[in-house]
Amino acid sequence: MVDCPTVELQALDELWFQVAGTRCNLKCTHCFISCSPHNDSFGYLGLEEVERRLKESIEHGVKEYYFTGGEPFLNREMVPILELTLQYGPATVLTNATVFKTDWLERLRDAEAASIYSLEFRVSIDGPTPEINDPIRGENTFERAMRGVQMLVEYGFMPIITMTRTWELEEDQDVLGRFRQVLHEYGYTRPRLKVLPRLQIGAEATRTEGYGVHDRVTCEMMDDYDAGQLICTHSRIVTDRGVAVCPILLEAPDAHLGQSLSDARTPFALSHGACYTCYQYGAICTNTSVNQIEQSRSTIT
Amino acid sequence: MLLVCGDGLNDRNIGRLNLSNLINTMQLAFFGGVYNNYLALDAAVRDARGRGAEKLYCLGDLGAFGPHPDRVFDVIHDAGVECIQGNYDNGIGNGMDNCQCGYTDPRDNHFAQISYDYTYENTSQCHRDWMKELPTEGRLELDGLSVLLCHGSPRKTNEFLWQSTTSTHFLNKLADDFESELIFGTHTGIHWERELSRNRRFVNVGVLGRPENDGRTNVWYTLLRTGDDAPSGPYEIEFVPLVYDHERLAREMAGEKLPEEFIETIMSGWWSTCLEVLPSKERRAGIY
Ligand code: SF4
Ligand code: SF4
Repeated sequence: MVDCPTVELQALDELWFQVAGTRCNLKCTHCFISCSPHNDSFGYLGLEEVERRLKESIEHGVKEYYFTGGEPFLNREMVPILELTLQYGPATVLTNATVFKTDWLERLRDAEAASIYSLEFRVSIDGPTPEINDPIRGENTFERAMRGVQMLVEYGFMPIITMTRTWELEEDQDVLGRFRQVLHEYGYTRPRLKVLPRLQIGAEATRTEGYGVHDRVTCEMMDDYDAGQLICTHSRIVTDRGVAVCPILLEAPDAHLGQSLSDARTPFALSHGACYTCYQYGAICTNTSVNQIEQSRSTIT
Repeated sequence: MLLVCGDGLNDRNIGRLNLSNLINTMQLAFFGGVYNNYLALDAAVRDARGRGAEKLYCLGDLGAFGPHPDRVFDVIHDAGVECIQGNYDNGIGNGMDNCQCGYTDPRDNHFAQISYDYTYENTSQCHRDWMKELPTEGRLELDGLSVLLCHGSPRKTNEFLWQSTTSTHFLNKLADDFESELIFGTHTGIHWERELSRNRRFVNVGVLGRPENDGRTNVWYTLLRTGDDAPSGPYEIEFVPLVYDHERLAREMAGEKLPEEFIETIMSGWWSTCLEVLPSKERRAGIY
């Protein structure tokens, strides 16, 4: 047993790759790891390093692979990395959809067709209009990202549009309804959408406010709580510095758990403000097809 | 409406799995989610018996979607189908307020709730009690093969194991952890299989409750043959497409005022609700 509120890794189901480090062509005001064209506090992961980690992941029984940054497609090896990954398992890439090239999408379409696994694109757009999106993500980013979505749809992909909630929770259905309509107008007739809570760290802490000292997960809060909802109970992330606990806390020194996946299986203390958001909203980073609710199990013997 | 339980199910052991069964040289049939589709279940029992299946198993989710929830229990009892518990059976059995599928899209939840509430209200208490006591896994020893039966995955009743989002090494680890050579599950609604290391295998047996989102109205179940019944190896798996009276089912669903969207799925073979959980490959195979 570990001291609360410390959680154990129940199974290494999802392996993430901080494949573009903290490099991004955009500079969103709510970015929780403050990515930008000049932030190189984390660097790119190369194809060889990804291949080494994919091989290492086999004995851990990793079920799915996720790629994030920064903007993954700034990494020149991103297309070969995804092609390779699809030989090992399902891949999901989180992108702002503003830097695609048609020949990349053609290769990725072919790679997915040749694989038994799905390649998912998660495209971040923060609302159904430039008026909502652009103040956060930058001038013209709504149009550019929607063009990216159109390209994905043209190549047969069904991107999951993810948006960070910068409105009140009660307005979700209204915003989602408007977004579906707009996506239809852009030719995406079967849109998939997902709303994420804001994480008040990184650039977002400056945009609004950071976490208060009492915004923390406590021992009492863990009573009767299904810790399986937290990504740190079933994921780890590979960075150019080694393996960290989750994609959210990269800037926290204690998030870096070791060099090998085995080292990084160690339990983690939920001592950060962001942990409080995870606690409230559950598995915010994975795809819906892996969401599930823990059920009591019984076997008759 | 007066709900009466069949006498048979009052014997609380009928239909439950006898674990650690030692069985030699056998043909067994595995049924996935029934979703109240007693017509398909009845057709599957007869089809499987006709092909020589000696034992019949159901991997859970007796309720949902279709009409007249109480009717599946008579078929299960009369045919001696042995059952394990799905998330739906767990929910209905324990009087929970939803199906525990974990949907997040409000449209999915809307339709899921309609079928859950209908099924709950129309399942008599003795059947709820019976489902509550079903085991969540089963183990069989067949000609030296160790076989594990589960609903979603061996580790979680409502875990979705889709073909396109489940790596082979993940399944190998399940087979190691649960010390099984053959793992049978259902839950997703689409049959598939994967060969694992050391001649082990994972099999999703499909479901009887609704068609597979491929524009065809048939449903699917799975046969396992071992010993002399499997000349080509230690075992053989066969996915069986099953045609049943889906038009009658649709008429009965309409009679029960179940949603048009559900009836359309039965009549067209395309899923129109609860699509959010589908990975992209499985989603693209459909039209909605
Ligand atoms: S939120 Fe995404 S797109 Fe925006 S700066 Fe951060 S990494 Fe780049
Ligand atoms: S931020 Fe979330 S995923 Fe990361 S350690 Fe805290 S609770 Fe776990």
